[in-house]
Amino acid sequence: MSDTTRPDTARADLAKQAAAAPSLTARLPGLSALGPLLALILLVALGAYLNENFLSAGNVTNVLARSAFIGMIAVGMTFVITSGGLDLSVGSMAAFIAGVMILAMNALLPTMGVGVPLILAGMAIALGAGLLAGLGNGLLVTKARIEPFIVTLGTMGIFRSLVTWLADGGTISLDFAVRQLYRPVYYSGLFGIAWPIIVFALVAIAGQIAMRHTRFGRYCEAIGSNDKVALYSAVNVERIRLMTYVLLGLLVGLATVMYVPRLGSASGTTGMLWELEAIAAVIIGGTALKGGYGRVWGTVIGVLILSLIDNILILADLVSPYLNGTIQGVIIVLAVVLQRSKSSA
Amino acid sequence: MSAAPERVDAPVLELVDVRKSFGPIEILHGIDFALHAGEVHALIGENGAGKSTIMKILGGFLAPTSGAVRLDGKPAPYASGAQAEAVGVVVIHQEFNLAPDLTVTENIFLGRELGGLFLDHRAMRAGTQALLDELDSPIRPDSRIRDLPVSDRQMVEIAKALARKARVLIMDEPSAVLTHKEVEVLFRQIERLRAQGVALLYTSHRLEEITRLADRVTVLRDGAVVRQAGRGELTEDGMATAMVGRKLEDIYPPKRHHAGAVALEVRGFSVPPLVRDISFTLRRGEVLGISGLVGSGRTELAEGLVGLRAATGEILRHGVPVHVGSVREAAARGMAYLTEDRKEHGLLLDKNLTDNLTLSTLARFGTVFIDSGREEAALTRAIGEFDIRAPRRDMKVGNLSGGNQQKLLLAKTMLGDPEVVIIDEPTRGIDVGTKSQIYAFIDALAAEGRSVIVISSDMPEILGLSDRVLVMRHGRIAGELYGERLTENAVVRLVMGTNEQTSGSAAHV
Repeated sequence: MSDTTRPDTARADLAKQAAAAPSLTARLPGLSALGPLLALILLVALGAYLNENFLSAGNVTNVLARSAFIGMIAVGMTFVITSGGLDLSVGSMAAFIAGVMILAMNALLPTMGVGVPLILAGMAIALGAGLLAGLGNGLLVTKARIEPFIVTLGTMGIFRSLVTWLADGGTISLDFAVRQLYRPVYYSGLFGIAWPIIVFALVAIAGQIAMRHTRFGRYCEAIGSNDKVALYSAVNVERIRLMTYVLLGLLVGLATVMYVPRLGSASGTTGMLWELEAIAAVIIGGTALKGGYGRVWGTVIGVLILSLIDNILILADLVSPYLNGTIQGVIIVLAVVLQRSKSSA
Repeated sequence: MSAAPERVDAPVLELVDVRKSFGPIEILHGIDFALHAGEVHALIGENGAGKSTIMKILGGFLAPTSGAVRLDGKPAPYASGAQAEAVGVVVIHQEFNLAPDLTVTENIFLGRELGGLFLDHRAMRAGTQALLDELDSPIRPDSRIRDLPVSDRQMVEIAKALARKARVLIMDEPSAVLTHKEVEVLFRQIERLRAQGVALLYTSHRLEEITRLADRVTVLRDGAVVRQAGRGELTEDGMATAMVGRKLEDIYPPKRHHAGAVALEVRGFSVPPLVRDISFTLRRGEVLGISGLVGSGRTELAEGLVGLRAATGEILRHGVPVHVGSVREAAARGMAYLTEDRKEHGLLLDKNLTDNLTLSTLARFGTVFIDSGREEAALTRAIGEFDIRAPRRDMKVGNLSGGNQQKLLLAKTMLGDPEVVIIDEPTRGIDVGTKSQIYAFIDALAAEGRSVIVISSDMPEILGLSDRVLVMRHGRIAGELYGERLTENAVVRLVMGTNEQTSGSAAHV
């Protein structure tokens, strides 16, 4: 085709500009993208100002470890939402997986005895249950072609009622001896950093890389942006969509693995409203709810913002902690309003 | 002062020396056109001749750049479609204006519901039933529009226009989606309205309908009236000739005269429900044009060939039968399709140039991680090869001009290095300068030994680019034209279905 090209200055400039500066400016997030980060910094400053214990190692570990469960789920949710989907079932799914995991470990206890193999078996069961639950959601969305909202509204109710039924309306408790063995997975750590924080950090980094630098992430954005274009561009739309739900299910399983040792039990109220916190974190972080653009590091900041508000209210004694939901709600709405004014500018 | 004798045929609605420009381009050049009471006036012309623009100006949807719209000899007192309807000038659009989730009755009375505080459902339902009875239509007033076939929706549109007590009724290809029987009902209604003194404007690509219905015919070409005639003054052949009668402009590359081995053979290919039993061959280095009306199944055929639609029949590449069940499989067989709808199916408008360019071939840019350096290099190459003019490389593709979007789409399609390229409407909505560039690209593809199928509604484009032309009608191949037989007249006859030359041209290569 070289014979069809002809000298053209605009084009030459463009080519030169590309050769000289490999679009460094394009890689830096704009000011609007930094909004959530600024909000986080302000919150930290506010917390430090209100209470001297706020920045203590104990409190920081506490906030981060509690963020970890929602955080892992929210990273998975970022992919689902980016590709134009939604999953309302994650909170109930976590409770259901926790229930199944504890019952399975209790059942295996007589044969396997208290030991690391039993813990590993429990973890494998949790991850497997998460994978299957995500697969179920994903197949209903892609193969049965039902709206994600409807599918996961349905499975949300199913998982919630199943765990309540398994617990017979009460609580499913892990055997005391096993609990003692399992406890360090939540309460202990490496170099003074708690395990949930380490796992969350790894998940977040892997998620960020997957979103920005792999075909999977690029395809998620393409599908969320316009699934017809993705289909016409030889993207396996159904498989990518299915994979987002399976990935989210796995991450819910992983979150449960980290969560069970904290209390050693599951009940009908375990993981209540986690789905809303996860979705809120994704939206606050700058991912578009209608899909097409995902920002995993933004989701991490969103999760931290939500936990910090909770933490500051408890520490500062300024406003009743009961108003936590109000403040979180205001922030979610504000985040979307800011996003909109950004996109219309 | 003596009262001038009032002319019996004073026009109800007329255009006087109307010109219309979009930006710097004038697309209507001084149109004089009049609709008279009790008359059917047919407006015919090729796609892009200006029919739609004239209808939009008559219906109040567009204002002329200069000239006058007169209703009853006075300047038309409306500036919008709704105001025009209020004074009895009603347009039935090709794209229906019906709310799909409402019932027939609710649509017909939409915006002028009967009743006071509470709706008078019984009266509205009865009124709707009366209208539908007049139309001999079996449609139930309580049906939802969503559940009705397209032909029934057309009837509802007509009923809605009748309910508006139209004095002037403008119909944009109403018969295009109707069955033969429904067309008969439509014609009876048109004749009844004519007898009642309604002024009607009728457009259709079916010239036999024009002969039967029209009391007056206006032929439009390139935004100007080239012929006006009364009933019986113009044969169907004469209409076709008047519509065409234009020299090819000099923007097309010279024709190629050699073609290589057969690259693609299609046998007994059907894409339900429309496309049936298509067979053709395509050689290396050849440009095959596919012509036909919108809705004749051209796009459906192309989408079937690349696995976007379920299809039956055989596809052979280099003589070997291949299975193509998805766009990925098509790409693996060296086949690519460039969509006609670049905004909805072709490009991610809110993504940048790079993301769009590499989307369909991303697997070639790195194994685990995407190699963004190679992506940028590919974009630099594409910008050079296809002369894409973008102010910034990281801008959203939606902010590019249509021509540059099309060049980017072409670059994206060619990045997969396909041997067989199907290009649907290669120059829709782009300017003449970019058009000739795209023609040069298409010519270069053939010169490289690739096989190109060009689907186009633009007659000069089909004739200027193609070595051979297939004409589709109602989902089948109506004929094949090449060499000396490949003339605009012959193509138009096949497209329109005026039969005398069809049999002679169906020869095989």
